[in-house]
Amino acid sequence: MGTKFVALATAILASLTLCNANAAEPKHGGILKIYHRETPPSLSIHEEATFSVNAPAMAIFNNLIVYDQHKPQTSIDTIVPELATSWAWDKANTALTFKLREGVKWHDGVPFTAKDVKCTFDLLQGKGQDKFRKNPRKDWYEFVSDVSTNGDFEVSFHLKRPQPSLLAMLASGYTPIYPCHVPAAQMRTHPIGTGPFKFVEMKQNESIKLVKNPDYWKKGLPYLDGIEYTIIKNRATAVLAFVAGKVDMTFPTEMTVALEKDIKSEDPTAICEIKPINVNTNLIVNLEAPPFNNWELRKAMMLSLDRKALIDIILQGQGDQGGSLLPPPEGVWGLPPDILKTIPGYGDVKKDRDEARAIMTKLGYSADKPLKIKVSTRNLATYRDPAVVLIDQLKQIYIDAELDPVESSSWFAKVARKDYSVGLNLTGNGIDDPDQAFYENYSCGSERNYTHYCNKDLEKLFDQQSAETDLAKRKKLVWEIDKKIQEDGARPILFHARTGTCWKPYVKNMTIESNSAYNGYRYEDIWLDK
Amino acid sequence: MGSYLIRRFFLMLLTLFGISVLVFTMLRVVPGNIADILFDAAGMIDTAEKGKLETELGLDKPIVVQYAHWIGGLAHGDLGYSYVSEKPALQEILPRIPITAKLAGLALTFAILFGVPLGVISAVKQNSGLDYVLRVISLSGLSMPAFWLGLLILMAFVKFFGTIPIYTDPPHGFWNNLWLYSVPAAAVGFRSSALVMRLTRSSMLEVLRQDYIRTARAKGASDSTVNYHHALRNAILPVVTVIGLEAAFLMGGLIVTETVFNIPGVGRFLVEAIRWRDYPIVQNLVMFIAVVAVSINFLVDLLYAVLDPRIKYS
Repeated sequence: MGTKFVALATAILASLTLCNANAAEPKHGGILKIYHRETPPSLSIHEEATFSVNAPAMAIFNNLIVYDQHKPQTSIDTIVPELATSWAWDKANTALTFKLREGVKWHDGVPFTAKDVKCTFDLLQGKGQDKFRKNPRKDWYEFVSDVSTNGDFEVSFHLKRPQPSLLAMLASGYTPIYPCHVPAAQMRTHPIGTGPFKFVEMKQNESIKLVKNPDYWKKGLPYLDGIEYTIIKNRATAVLAFVAGKVDMTFPTEMTVALEKDIKSEDPTAICEIKPINVNTNLIVNLEAPPFNNWELRKAMMLSLDRKALIDIILQGQGDQGGSLLPPPEGVWGLPPDILKTIPGYGDVKKDRDEARAIMTKLGYSADKPLKIKVSTRNLATYRDPAVVLIDQLKQIYIDAELDPVESSSWFAKVARKDYSVGLNLTGNGIDDPDQAFYENYSCGSERNYTHYCNKDLEKLFDQQSAETDLAKRKKLVWEIDKKIQEDGARPILFHARTGTCWKPYVKNMTIESNSAYNGYRYEDIWLDK
Repeated sequence: MGSYLIRRFFLMLLTLFGISVLVFTMLRVVPGNIADILFDAAGMIDTAEKGKLETELGLDKPIVVQYAHWIGGLAHGDLGYSYVSEKPALQEILPRIPITAKLAGLALTFAILFGVPLGVISAVKQNSGLDYVLRVISLSGLSMPAFWLGLLILMAFVKFFGTIPIYTDPPHGFWNNLWLYSVPAAAVGFRSSALVMRLTRSSMLEVLRQDYIRTARAKGASDSTVNYHHALRNAILPVVTVIGLEAAFLMGGLIVTETVFNIPGVGRFLVEAIRWRDYPIVQNLVMFIAVVAVSINFLVDLLYAVLDPRIKYS
């Protein structure tokens, strides 16, 4: 009896395995339908700074190297070759040479060569004849002195000093290779790439259509015949469209926790994942505007924060406390909890607020004589809502704040003019790497260093970690820097948000990245099981 | 009549000129331009780079020069280029017009087909149970926000039919068009029909109390002849005015309905263009809506004379 049972179980198991194997066999064909939250400003990835562009446009292009599209946590270790077949650093770690793939063609039939790589980086560095209308990531390549070609299929990046994280930047969805023969202006309206899908059309307020590239250099891919993004601005309509099956997938990382629950209750078969998107909500204080030029006052403000309450109220608990880099386990570089809790404002809220009130009393403020301020923020719900909770928290330490919603288009200009005292801002990181976050947000003189925090000693550490090739040593340095940034109250981080993506069960091979919202949209091996 | 038409035509031109100045000026008073928005979206502040873009788009020129450039272009049929899509503005605007026209046309048909007869019935059966029911329905039509009604309709479709009548692809063929536009048109038309119904009712009630109606009844005319031939014909003038105003409103004011039902029409496009400060699109689109509104008003004025022979234009 026992033997028979084992044999039967084995047979069932074997057939189940076979069935699963068959079910897992990718199918060709079908159009993946996704709703898009807005009409993107253009489809030129290099000129934009929103994943509203990356999501539809990344499938049109290839990079030299790219993050493995099926590893949720992106890092230097998950980089795989794409238009490059291999890469190598020289001994001094100041030259990075890529061997390029042969036989790759642009969507218009022109062969891809090393010249295209050089053109792309000349554009990014503002060296070419042709110019971008906007170049938001020019600073990423600050340490690249030159890009040279050696024949048609080899290209070298020459650096001013070692910068191992250059690989991380090159692997980002923000770094596609552009064709030399297509003007930058055309890339905004009719992009030409080497990627798995060709651009068909983009109609404002209607749709973005991509069709399979039959000559894609990865043989047998893509599986899909095309991808169609229907632009649905109204979120309620978009969710209903997903539930009704009008689209196969929601816009990536667009679902709030509440909406995700709604979807699951209406369509229990839907697959939903809630993950961090590497966007943090932070407090910005004008360090030069009295009385905020007083460090003690800024410290009191830091101590007033109840981050858990913020996360519970705004994100229904789906958020993380951390420093300027995304916290672990999803984040690669973020401060671990044991270091985090040693930073003022991350410990016991009651105790911290008592200390904050004591500071405020010493500075001459009290419940009867509060400090009256305005908390400026962009007039968008994702900014306004946490600002309102922040105002309530500041009240606990005798700061009577009033919300100052700023017209979205004037926000950054207002901040740059230092025409604010206290504000609430959102900072998105294109890649989970300290170089991008530190230089962009905290280095002296950086365009996006909105508080104008400047610490020359720390800046030396930025360079030191950036040039460090030993990962463990670099991580230690990064933690030291991040801790210092938080202690200095350069831009106190309120929380790192998590958001959701849902798709129908017949959409196969979908991976949502857990430490970035900008790098996982190649979609070449997504397939539809229907 | 001829001199009246000429006078009206020049008045129309004057109105349109006034609107063009107003729109042009107001757009530039609103904080930020396309360069600000584009740079803001990328989190960039670099004023030198932004200045280059403003020069490229001609935004650094004096406002009078910009206005003259626009009007000069309009006179030659050149509407300029969209700052966002970088396509000719005409190419962007033209496809939206039939979409909104279909929706507005259907909504107006719905409003007239339901509003006028129900208004007559409500007046004729004044203070009856039917009158009360119709008045409650019309009141709900006027008081329900369009976005809420639209969402309710969509939710009902998803819940009971497992489908959703929203615009995702351009419909082909008569029946597909009718299916796609009839649901949002009903949502819009519900409000419009309520307006038309209430106005028809009150206008009818006033007319039904007139001496000539009593005379008609005394002469033995049937109820339907009295109600529809004698009373409605005289009561319809204010209703026609409101229908005219409603038609003009529907060509540019369906923003909420277009958003809820995801229809890429004129209203939604206009709001998006304002958000981007896409001046060529906003200016030309507002001028188009103004031309429609002014023309409809003119037609309604002419219609008065047709409906009421006592009205003569000179």
